[in-house]
Amino acid sequence: MPKTPLAFTLNDAETGIFVDDGQNLLEALRRGAGDLSPKYGCGQGTCGACTVLIDGVPHLSCLTLAEAVAGRRMDTTAGLAEGAELHPLQRAFMEGFAAQCGYCTPGMLMAAKALLAANPRPSREEVIEAISGNLCRCTGYEPIVTAILEAAAKLQGRAA
Amino acid sequence: MTEVRSFSTSAEAAGAEGAILGGGTLLMRQVNEAPQTVPRLIRITDPALREIRAEGDGHLIGAGVTMAQVIAHPDLAALAPVARSIGGPALRNMASVGGNLFAPHPYGDFTVALLALEAQVLWSDGRREEIERFLSARDTARGVVTGIWVPRIAPGALRYRKVSRTRPKGVSVMSIAAYLPNGGSAPRIAFGAMGPTPLRAKAAESALQGRGLTEESVTAAGAVCLQGLSPADDALASAWYRSEVAPVHLRRCLMGET
Ligand SMILES: Cc1cc2nc3c(=O)[nH]c(=O)nc-3n(C[C@H](O)[C@H](O)[C@H](O)COP(=O)(O)OP(=O)(O)OC[C@H]3O[C@@H](n4cnc5c(N)ncnc54)[C@H](O)[C@@H]3O)c2cc1C
Ligand code: FES
Ligand code: FES
Repeated sequence: MPKTPLAFTLNDAETGIFVDDGQNLLEALRRGAGDLSPKYGCGQGTCGACTVLIDGVPHLSCLTLAEAVAGRRMDTTAGLAEGAELHPLQRAFMEGFAAQCGYCTPGMLMAAKALLAANPRPSREEVIEAISGNLCRCTGYEPIVTAILEAAAKLQGRAA
Repeated sequence: MTEVRSFSTSAEAAGAEGAILGGGTLLMRQVNEAPQTVPRLIRITDPALREIRAEGDGHLIGAGVTMAQVIAHPDLAALAPVARSIGGPALRNMASVGGNLFAPHPYGDFTVALLALEAQVLWSDGRREEIERFLSARDTARGVVTGIWVPRIAPGALRYRKVSRTRPKGVSVMSIAAYLPNGGSAPRIAFGAMGPTPLRAKAAESALQGRGLTEESVTAAGAVCLQGLSPADDALASAWYRSEVAPVHLRRCLMGET
C-alpha cells in the first residue's frame, strides 16, 4: 500500500513520518512518531485514553485521520514534563494518587491541560464536565478531580 | 484519502464511490473496525464548510461545523444545549453537524432539533431539501451536503430533552425536540432513537395545535405521540420501554420539567 508523507509539530519538535491510507492519528503517533504516551483503549471514541491536543484543542486521536493533522501542532503527555521537572498536573496526580494502573492518565492529563488553559480556575463541576469523555476503571474519579483542582490552585499561585 | 479543496470538484469526487469525511467520529470507527467496508475517504477542506453565517431570517450552518462551534456561537444559543448533549468534550470538538444528519440509530440528537425546526439541507449541486424529506431518503442518498439552514429561534421557543442512562455522556434512550414558534400556536415535535431516523410526531402536534400548553393538551399529545414512530429494541432499552416512557418525557420536555 502506498505511504503518504506527513509533517506536523509534536511537543515542539518538527516531526515527519509516513502514514498508510486511512491510518488514525493514534497509530501514527505511537508507531510512526514513537510517542507511546497516548494510549489505545477502545479505538471507538468511548474511553478517551487516546486524547491528544491538536492546536490546543482535545481530540480523540483514535478517530482522527492522521493525514488531517498535516502542518498542525500536537501536544501529548510526553511533552508535559520539562526535563526531570514534572508538570504541576502530573505532580498533583502523583501526590493525590490519581493514577492507579495509569492507563487513563495520559488522556486525563490532556483533557485537564486543555481545561486549565481555557479556564484557569474551574469549579469542581467544570472539572467533571471536562473529563466526562475519559473513563477510569480504577480510581473512582474523585482523586482525579481533586488533583486537577489542586494543580489549578498551584498554577494560579505561580501566576500570581 | 482524496482531498478536495472546493465544491466545484467535490461533487464529482463524491460521485466516484467515496465516503465524505466529517469529524470522523463514526466513519473512522468503521475504518478502525472493518477497513475493507469503507470506500475511499474524501476530506473536504473548503473553509465554507466550517462557517456559520446569517442568511434570510435564520442562519446557515456549514456541514463541517462542530458541536463545539455551535456551543460557542452567540447566535446559536438556542441550539447550544442540544450540541452539549452529544458525547464528551473531545468528541464535540470533532463531531460535525453534517455527520450528525447521517448518524444511524441511536445517534442523531442534533438532527432531532433540526427536524423540529424544519431546517433545510443544502447540497453541493445547489438543491435545498426539507429535512423531513432528506431523512426519508437519507440512507440511499449520494452527494455532498454543504450546510443546513435553520430559522432564527426566539428565546424559549426550542425545548429539548435527551433521555440517557448515564450523565453527562450517555447515548440516547430517546431525545425529543419541541419547537414552539409564535407563542406555541403551531408546535412541531421530533423524536430521536424512536425509529431508523429522527421522526416527527405529527399526531401529537395536532393535539396541541391552537390549544397552548395546558394539562389537557399535553396529556392529549402524550396519548397519541407514538403514532408514526417505530421504536426498536437495542442494548439501551426495549421498544416496549421506549413506548411506555415516551409520553412522560414528552410532557417533561414540553413543560420544561427536569
Ligand atoms: C463516544 C461517542 C459518543 C457519541 N455520542 C453521541 C450522542 O450523544 N449523540 C449523537 O447524536 N451522536 C453521538 N455520537 C455519534 C457521532 O459522534 C455524531 O453523530 C456526529 O455528529 C457524527 O458526525 P461526524 O462529523 O463525526 O461524522 P463522520 O463520522 O465524519 O460521518 C458520518 C457519516 O456522515 C457522512 N457525512 C459526513 N459529512 C457529510 C457531508 N458533508 N455530506 C455528505 N455526507 C456526509 C459520512 O460519509 C458518514 O457516512 C457519538 C459517537 C461516539 C464515538
Ligand atoms: S482509544 Fe480513542 S477513545 Fe478509546
Ligand atoms: S488509573 Fe487505571 S484506568 Fe484510571
